[in-house]
Amino acid sequence: MSEATLSHKRPLGLNILIVGFIVIWVILAAFPFLWTVWGSFKVEPDFFSRESWWNAILGTYTQRQNDGSSFTGSGYYGAWVTKEFWRAVFNTAIVTVSVTVISLTLGTLGGYALARSGQRYAFWILILALVFRAMPHITLVSGYLLPFFQLNIWGVLPTSIIVLVAINQPFTLWMLHSFFLSIPKDLDESAMVDGCSRFEAFRRVIIPVMWPGVVTTGLFSFLLAYNDFAVTSMLLSADNQTMVPKISSFLGSVQEQGNVMFAVAAVVSATVPLFILVLFFQRQIVSGLTAGAVKG
Amino acid sequence: MPHKTFFAFILPSLIAMVLFIALPIVSVVVQSFHVEHGRILVEVESCQPFGGCTKETRVDTAAMAALKAEQPMGQFNGFGTYLNRGHLAVNEIGAILANNNGFGDVVTRIYNLPFYKALSFTLVFCFVVTPLAMALGFAIALAVNTLPKVTKGPVIFFSLLPMIITPLIGSLILYWMIQPNGIIGASLRHIFSDPTLSLRQSPQLTWFSLLFYGVWTNAPFSFVVFYAGLQTVPADTLESAMIDGASRWERIRYIVIPHLAPLATFVALVQLMDNFRVFEPIVGFSAEANATSLSWMIFNDLAGDAQLFGSAGATSVLTIIGVVILLMPVLVRTWREFNHKVV
Repeated sequence: MSEATLSHKRPLGLNILIVGFIVIWVILAAFPFLWTVWGSFKVEPDFFSRESWWNAILGTYTQRQNDGSSFTGSGYYGAWVTKEFWRAVFNTAIVTVSVTVISLTLGTLGGYALARSGQRYAFWILILALVFRAMPHITLVSGYLLPFFQLNIWGVLPTSIIVLVAINQPFTLWMLHSFFLSIPKDLDESAMVDGCSRFEAFRRVIIPVMWPGVVTTGLFSFLLAYNDFAVTSMLLSADNQTMVPKISSFLGSVQEQGNVMFAVAAVVSATVPLFILVLFFQRQIVSGLTAGAVKG
Repeated sequence: MPHKTFFAFILPSLIAMVLFIALPIVSVVVQSFHVEHGRILVEVESCQPFGGCTKETRVDTAAMAALKAEQPMGQFNGFGTYLNRGHLAVNEIGAILANNNGFGDVVTRIYNLPFYKALSFTLVFCFVVTPLAMALGFAIALAVNTLPKVTKGPVIFFSLLPMIITPLIGSLILYWMIQPNGIIGASLRHIFSDPTLSLRQSPQLTWFSLLFYGVWTNAPFSFVVFYAGLQTVPADTLESAMIDGASRWERIRYIVIPHLAPLATFVALVQLMDNFRVFEPIVGFSAEANATSLSWMIFNDLAGDAQLFGSAGATSVLTIIGVVILLMPVLVRTWREFNHKVV
């Protein structure tokens, strides 16, 4: 679109309206995060002030309790050290990395097969995956609990990992299926003419060119595992909890003790990796969201 | 691709889906037809040297444990759980319809039944948040598209945050701000000069804040998809419309919107699916007194000390039926298109 010529003719009023709208939206989107990060370095009477929220900005009570300094790390100390949040961070790292790696391994193989098959049943598998994708996770969880108790595999990380991988498969298959469709068929077919078997063609020809699609899909697999609450809160024992269920368990016990700030600090700690993710992979996230939309 | 190779490639993925998605659905259905064992009571006579003998009824824990080991799912209950007060509440609805004071009374009394309360919030959340979030996303996409290139990147960065954030964490962050002692809650009290105003106390305000959260977290997805769609609007068509004298609004209405319509169907489908499982915001906002959802009901049954598998199973089956109804238009259309292609 010839952007320059179009914007030339835009009346001033409209321009002001557009800029104002964008500014309001950006504030709406970003301010809650900035406010919570800022507030996590205050004490509770400041961040949850009964008098005025200026206290949260100036840190009135924080100064009083802290020899004049208006910032305190006590929330972080309480969460990470006293309440052992680092354990949950460690568990989250194990779960997210395993889920991403296993999902992508299964998903690339399956997605490639679906993209190259052209048979009737491949289409039905995709439709079935769409239905599975729509299932609320908690309904599946209520089906897992009893069998897992019986088999005595409830509460440990590997169970949650494999469940999250399975829940993630429908989405991964769809994404990678549409990505492999965009790689020309001739590429692997010519390798097969040269004497490769299907699997060799996949390994030697497709794997080297598939990384952009795999990275994008991997980001979303990571997000699913990282953001999950329904599965991990029901399937993990208290010792093995990941970050999100741990934060929700803080709220039950911590709020009574008047230490909401532990939860605030934990929430900010859990948000930081997501910030970094968006910062570095903004382009991949955007292209991933649109790839599914434009092609599917 | 030969069948054998195809299945060799897809088998691991297929096994994972069958074992952990298809079988749990079967397991949920079976569970929903069972109910927890009733208590086995025994009469115990305890005699004391001076007090004489008293008879007491106690729960026989040993017999209970034996029965539970034998039949872990509980006893068969048929459709009993589906029809009881906690779910479809057939008898209660019959009573309400037989004896009531007008339409308003019927609605309030049905709303007070737990399943219908959850269902109504779930549906309202689905069908209010989805169109509003799509409209907001479209507006942001149009606005961002006019910005100079330098500012586009940062604006997109901040816009992605509400979507990418963990739902429970995002709702907690907003919840802390709208509490009476948080910044938004306190400011609202100040603006309306009402010192008792609290977004938690009235059901309407709780619903409103949950819906606000829903739009906040759903809008970025529509924005990103529509923004990408705007890049593919044919410039020639826009230009010729301008030459023909179409105004800005007319160009959006007659060129851009029709061009984005297929994308809008996709976005609506994905967001309806995701909003139907609304759950984390209710936990994050501690809103269960005023707003519950189907997913929250299942969670509540399972999270308590006495895990009610039968009740959770019945709600799950009803939820799955809801999902299938929601997907029906898409499935029917795909089925028709597919048959069309083959013929």
